[in-house]
Amino acid sequence: MAGLELLSDQGYRVDGRRARELRKIQARMGVFAQADGSAYIEQGNTKALAVVYGVPRGIGGVRSRALPDRALVNCQYSSATFSTGERKRRPHGDRKSCEMGLQLRQTFEAAILTQLHPRSQIDIYVQVLQADGGTYAACVNAATLAVLDAGIPMRDFVCACSAGFVEGTALADLSHVEEAAGGPQLALALLPASGQIALLEMDARLHEDHLEQVLEAAAQAARDVHTLLDHVVRQHVREASILLGD
Amino acid sequence: MLKSKTFLKKTRAGGVMKIVREHYLRDDIGCGAPGCAACGGAHGGPALEPLPQDPASSLWPRPHYLLPDTNVLLHQIDVLEDPAIRNVIVLQTVLQEVRNRSAPVYKRIRDVTNNQEKHFYTFTNEHHRETYVEQEQGENANDRNDRAIRVAAKWYNEHLKKMSAENQLQVIFITNDRKNKEKAVEEGIPAFTCEEYVKSLTANPELIDRLACLSEEGKEIESGKIIFSEHLPLSKLQQGIKSGIYLQGTFRASRENYLEATVWIHGDTEENKEIILQGLKHLNRAVHEDIVAVELFPKSQWVAPSSVVLQDEGQNEDDVEKEEEREQMLKTAVNEKMLKPTGRVVGIIKRNWRPYCGMLSKSDIKESRRHLFTPADKRIPRIRIETRQASTLEGRRIIVAIDGWPRNSRYPNGHFVKNLGDVGEKETETEVLLLEHDVPHQPFSQAVLSFLPKMPWSITEKDMKNREDLRHLCVCSVDPPGCTDIDDALHCRELKNGNLEVGVHIADVSHFIRPGNALDQESARRGTTVYLCEKRIDMVPELLSSNLCSLRCNVDRLAFSCIWEMNHNAEILKTRFTKSVINSKASLTYAEAQMRIDSATVNDDITISLRGLNKLAKILKKGRIEKGALTLSSPEIRFHMDSETHDPIDLQTKELRETNSMVEEFMLLANISVAKKIHEEFSEHALLRKHPAPPPSNYEILVKAAKSKNLEIKTDTAKSLAQSLDQAESPAFPYLNTLLRILATRCMMQAVYFCSGMDNDFHHYGLASPIYTHFTSPIRRYADIIVHRLLAVAIGADCTYPELTDKHKLADICKNLNFRHKMAQYAQRASVAFHTQLFFKSKGIVSEEAYILFVRKNAIVVLIPKYGLEGTVFFEEKDKPKPHLIYDDEIPSLKIEGIVFHVFDKVKVKIMLDSSNLQHQKIRMALVEPQIPGISIPTDSSNADLNEPEKKKKKLEK
Repeated sequence: MAGLELLSDQGYRVDGRRARELRKIQARMGVFAQADGSAYIEQGNTKALAVVYGVPRGIGGVRSRALPDRALVNCQYSSATFSTGERKRRPHGDRKSCEMGLQLRQTFEAAILTQLHPRSQIDIYVQVLQADGGTYAACVNAATLAVLDAGIPMRDFVCACSAGFVEGTALADLSHVEEAAGGPQLALALLPASGQIALLEMDARLHEDHLEQVLEAAAQAARDVHTLLDHVVRQHVREASILLGD
Repeated sequence: MLKSKTFLKKTRAGGVMKIVREHYLRDDIGCGAPGCAACGGAHGGPALEPLPQDPASSLWPRPHYLLPDTNVLLHQIDVLEDPAIRNVIVLQTVLQEVRNRSAPVYKRIRDVTNNQEKHFYTFTNEHHRETYVEQEQGENANDRNDRAIRVAAKWYNEHLKKMSAENQLQVIFITNDRKNKEKAVEEGIPAFTCEEYVKSLTANPELIDRLACLSEEGKEIESGKIIFSEHLPLSKLQQGIKSGIYLQGTFRASRENYLEATVWIHGDTEENKEIILQGLKHLNRAVHEDIVAVELFPKSQWVAPSSVVLQDEGQNEDDVEKEEEREQMLKTAVNEKMLKPTGRVVGIIKRNWRPYCGMLSKSDIKESRRHLFTPADKRIPRIRIETRQASTLEGRRIIVAIDGWPRNSRYPNGHFVKNLGDVGEKETETEVLLLEHDVPHQPFSQAVLSFLPKMPWSITEKDMKNREDLRHLCVCSVDPPGCTDIDDALHCRELKNGNLEVGVHIADVSHFIRPGNALDQESARRGTTVYLCEKRIDMVPELLSSNLCSLRCNVDRLAFSCIWEMNHNAEILKTRFTKSVINSKASLTYAEAQMRIDSATVNDDITISLRGLNKLAKILKKGRIEKGALTLSSPEIRFHMDSETHDPIDLQTKELRETNSMVEEFMLLANISVAKKIHEEFSEHALLRKHPAPPPSNYEILVKAAKSKNLEIKTDTAKSLAQSLDQAESPAFPYLNTLLRILATRCMMQAVYFCSGMDNDFHHYGLASPIYTHFTSPIRRYADIIVHRLLAVAIGADCTYPELTDKHKLADICKNLNFRHKMAQYAQRASVAFHTQLFFKSKGIVSEEAYILFVRKNAIVVLIPKYGLEGTVFFEEKDKPKPHLIYDDEIPSLKIEGIVFHVFDKVKVKIMLDSSNLQHQKIRMALVEPQIPGISIPTDSSNADLNEPEKKKKKLEK
């Protein structure tokens, strides 16, 4: 039995997309009333929920963590036991979640204008309800919307997307099947307006000659995500203003 | 771009897991017909013809496209590959099924699809909005796929109607499944079986022969007699293999005896590595190279490999009784020690059938359409085929593929694939031997040629990057006469500090062949250039091999140089590798170079350089031999060809000069230096070459043979072997030493390429070097190209690529290269054998002196030093009373009617061409001296007599 053919000769991927196409993205802002900001995103079958508590809350509890010159960004990631095909109990604070939390923190420290709120804390909680590849990207995108929903000033949107590399072609927005096939996989968080990179991560070997191509695919995908998220935000603002207008 | 979405849910057994995958359906997938308004421009690459003209089918006279189902693709690929079949739509569903079921067919269909002239189009129906089909409740995967294919066919017909109603362009569904066909007709899709359709192509009647005859298998009940026991199903075999009842291995038929075969058991266990199978029933329809499961017999039923030579000659089909009689012949009384594990085939795990070359043995019945086909390879059984063109195919070389082997048939069934040409014609025979040895020899495809540099070519600034200009050096090349692919050149000069600088410059092929492109893939596939007697099958296109890469004199060429600084004792002080540009000052032959070195009057730069090289080479060689390198011998023959007809006029054994060994010495040195360097840089993925030490048992023949001449050969180390071979001289018998060396060569193992990360034994036994690789012939060996790339990366002259540092990929490359090299060698030998035949055909019958190399149970193998020719003298012939033979395995000797033959005995044999079997014309040898009544041919016949036509005829009749 031959393995899965990730990219057919005709240029279609396993799920019928072309190399540079994104999965279907649906997003909603303001899903919870209690939180300062919240958002829900679906990228194909990957579903993530983000909640933000933040400004102008001071730091409760451990005061020593407060930073004198800027706000502290605290990110927590968790994934539901039912998010993957196999039911697996993941205790809170396992290594994978910690790492993801750290990555999200780095990403958002680069995007949020933290110096505007010294001695305060911004909490971002992200939960993955269903995982089908590109969890990091979905988390970042959901969190961006949630932070926007909370009205926390940011430099720009942070849009993230993953990209892979198969037989000389860069694939954007990998699904779980494509990730599991074990090629190189790159995660990129981009500030689309300036083109600055908030986070770039890759854990497999990829020759530097090909890096540019893969990076370009991921960046283009991130810009596409931005267009979509921008649309969602505008839609949300329009709805909110109609409600206020009443 | 619109995307709609459905879900496919899959459940896998064993820890139930629900997998949800997205499946996007698209509306931008083109139908593949150019000029289609509905989906025009949505596709690139190969496409259908707008108005298919040619296949004038009597069933469907209007223009049409074909749409085959999976089984048609799998079994009738030979038909689909025919140039007459064009405009075929291959559905994604079909392609996926083929991919899962047969990798070779998948590869072939991909090749066909990529061929622009065939107009094959792959339609991604699974992702098309209108042709996607969901699996229904209670419907199995096969039925769903069949339905998907029908839906796609129906969609096509409606779609094409929309496109242009007046053309009446339609899609014809080809299926061999009766139910599927009925359903299709019900749904209004024109459907035919493959056979019906092919038969309706009145313009191409020869296509019918290429049809695989699968459909008839079930219906036909021949004689009804079941010859073979049933093959067990795969699941049972796997169970049996797991529990140890059965063993899995590769089936290797015997070349000499069609009733015998061995199975090489896969795995590491030392014992039972090889299992013998004897008798037709126990072979149970396995064909050479198949992966089979065997059952081991209890020890009481074990047999010894028979040394009898048997050929399948029964013209009558299915006469099994006779076979049994013959099988009895195999079972001779032998001592206990000779018994080997014996077994029988219980099932086939994987068939490794390929198309076979051979000839048709026409049936005795004139009108019969069924004929037997005799493959050229004696290990392949005869194949029954059905053809109407028997009379035209008679006496020609043809290719046949096996379709199946029913239980009640003595021979497998097959179908005709291709006609190669007349037997005995040089071109046909060359084609046959290339095909039989699986040597890729088709002309290079357009895709490959497109990667060649554009002519006129010159060295540009860009090429000079990371490259040293060595054009001022006095470089020259030394090669055999007529060599056009010069891949090495040398130089030597004295440095100011009194040391010598020696450079080996190798053609920089990797500069032209970039990793991963079609040119690279093709060269990797070919692996090596194959040199036949009158022809060269290039690994890289001629523009590179004979021009741009060839280091010809007085032109600027790119090279990869390995430069040493040596003192006058040939000790290396410094080694340096660089890409360079050189300008060779002279292309010499070995003889020319030798002449320059020897003649004292010539004192130009080139000659001085050559003398320096020669001096160093001698020191190097001495050092190497002291370390224990072997000098072996194998009789190599060279033909003098007629320049017009390319027929061989004379035979000659190769001559060796000092300059040969000079060039060789520096090539070895370069290879060793490069091997060290790349292994240092890439300890895990260096491509190296090793030559394992042979197991002591391999030397048995050599030691025994030497003993019979009162000589002792020590085989514990390479060094002691080399020394004892040097000392094994007999004043009365000067040729003995050469004979011993020839025998020693036969004891050796094959040298192989391997990836340093996958092995830990690097030793090269023959060269007595701890590490070795191939660097010096990139024009004719692919291994060298990889080594060049590794070295270029190591010195920072070129960039790397992912496959280069992937040891599994590298191991795959090594495997292919080893296979290709072996096959190239066999093809070379076969070519020499064929030309030897041509030579003796023109020469008539001659008597020559010969030495016995091996003694067999009913024959002796002799070597004729004059021609370097080896042959077998049989003592048993059919229709003749059997002489009294006594075979002694210990000494080994053979006693015939009171005369004893030992290894190395001198005999006189008569050489003649045996054309009694057209397919296997061969050199036949008969004993002249010593005289044995009834066996040897009378000596009184002088050479003049031999050419007497009458006599010749008589001998051929035998």
